[in-house]
Amino acid sequence: MTGGYGSGADILHNCTVAVGKGEIAVIVGPNGAGKSTAMKAIFGMLTVRSGMVNIDGEDITNLSPQDRVAKGMAFVPQTQNIFTSLSVEENLEMGAFLRTDDISETMSQVFDLFPILKEKRRQAAGELSGGQRQQVAVGRALMTQPKVLMLDEPTAGVSPIVMDELFDRIIDVAKTGISILMVEQNARQALEIADKGYVLVQGENRFTDTGSNLLADPEVRKSFLGG
Amino acid sequence: MDILHALIVLANFIIVPAIAYGSQLALGALGITLVVGVLRFSNFAHGETMAFGTMIVILITWWFTAMGLSIYPLPTALLALPFGVIGCIALVLFTDKFVYKFYRKAKATPVVLVMASLGVTFMMNGLIRFIIGPGDQRFADGARFIIKARDFKTLTGLKEGLAIKVTQCITLVTAIIVVAALFWFLNKTRTGKSMRAYSDNEDLALLSGINPERVVTITWIIVAILATVAGTLYGLDKTFKPFTYFQLLLPMFAAAVVGGLGNPVGAIVGGFVIAFSEISFTYAYKKVFTYLLPTEWAPTSLVQLLSTDYKFAVSFSILVLVLLFRPTGLFKGQST
Repeated sequence: MTGGYGSGADILHNCTVAVGKGEIAVIVGPNGAGKSTAMKAIFGMLTVRSGMVNIDGEDITNLSPQDRVAKGMAFVPQTQNIFTSLSVEENLEMGAFLRTDDISETMSQVFDLFPILKEKRRQAAGELSGGQRQQVAVGRALMTQPKVLMLDEPTAGVSPIVMDELFDRIIDVAKTGISILMVEQNARQALEIADKGYVLVQGENRFTDTGSNLLADPEVRKSFLGG
Repeated sequence: MDILHALIVLANFIIVPAIAYGSQLALGALGITLVVGVLRFSNFAHGETMAFGTMIVILITWWFTAMGLSIYPLPTALLALPFGVIGCIALVLFTDKFVYKFYRKAKATPVVLVMASLGVTFMMNGLIRFIIGPGDQRFADGARFIIKARDFKTLTGLKEGLAIKVTQCITLVTAIIVVAALFWFLNKTRTGKSMRAYSDNEDLALLSGINPERVVTITWIIVAILATVAGTLYGLDKTFKPFTYFQLLLPMFAAAVVGGLGNPVGAIVGGFVIAFSEISFTYAYKKVFTYLLPTEWAPTSLVQLLSTDYKFAVSFSILVLVLLFRPTGLFKGQST
């Protein structure tokens, strides 16, 4: 993919990101490397000037973000990713807005995954803690029964303990057969759970390997993981 | 000391009228607050929207009366109300399609939309005066009073009367029904929840597949219903005069801001706060004090804080005070 915002300069240059079924792919890289931009490009929120976006072999490069949701993509933005004035349960219902079938089963799956949400289902989502909010955000995205779940820095601003728990939950989600593509600041922990890792620098792929190989790579360690 | 008589005087001149006026303001403020919440601009044309809906109601009422249709003791206007609502919905959807939609697509800033709504105000203003004229119209037929002041006196043997008008009672009952229906819709139905979701976080609503144009259309329909009901109730209680409806904009906005813009519960509370302040600040308390104080202390002046001509100053002062000290209103709303 090559592209940028509106008609501005290109931010991504021949960047390639892919994730297989049930896998976890992580995009890491320094600030301003285009990590979040790559996510937005995949989700159709900026102009892709060359290259393409595929899901299940189907070309969706020209679809709007809403249409991509219908095709099985779900996106959890980094900030403002929940409806603060709605209850937890209503947040999940809104996640499933496009579905016309019975959503109670998916909702109980989400509650199994995040038991705290079941406890607080009637509470306004804005009253929850940072970690719980992220669980609501991921839960909302899961309600569409997506094939690919895209997370933009899911652990931004949460405590290390909550972060570990969130990573565990993300592994659980992947085990149900949903592909996960995420951007992470906490590169080390994220690469530990990743099947695939992409190191992005200035909108280009610098290193691409399995998570554990990247962790073991001395150059990656030295440049991006702080030794 | 005669507390009972003082209370009856207060009830007759402040509490009963303020409850009716407060309900009308609350319904108006709800319409304003919904537009702020979903369309994100202050709709200056709301007073005219109310006037337009009421005008249709009046025209249909005249037609019905000419045909001899009546639901005595209730006013015929209630029968005409659904037609007014339909007319008003048609008008707001028309203006949305030809005015606001353009600015929405262009992602105009709220202040541009406010100015556009000011233009819409003048257009509607002209349209209403063209059709029904600028004069006063009385269209309240049916019984006038549930209980007259004189009947109350003979019934209770007290010196002071308490009059309750049919229109005041209709206002309160209708307002309760409409507000209950609105809250049921917003909190229990899928469409209502999607409206709240859109108002809360537009981008995330889009990511969830909520269609913004549908949310906007439904909001306008609800706003038209609220405006027509509020306008008709106000017109029944007082009279219909296009300019009065334009003036209502200030107390209604004050109510919406006091409660917190975008917050429906706030709009209702704000409506009553404004109504009670306006009426109690401009009421002459001479009689009340005459009953409460010993004879030799009885006031000789009217004991009126402000002349009734200044009632708009009361809402304006409240508006300014709230904006200065609590810009988000009593209930957490947006600060614009």
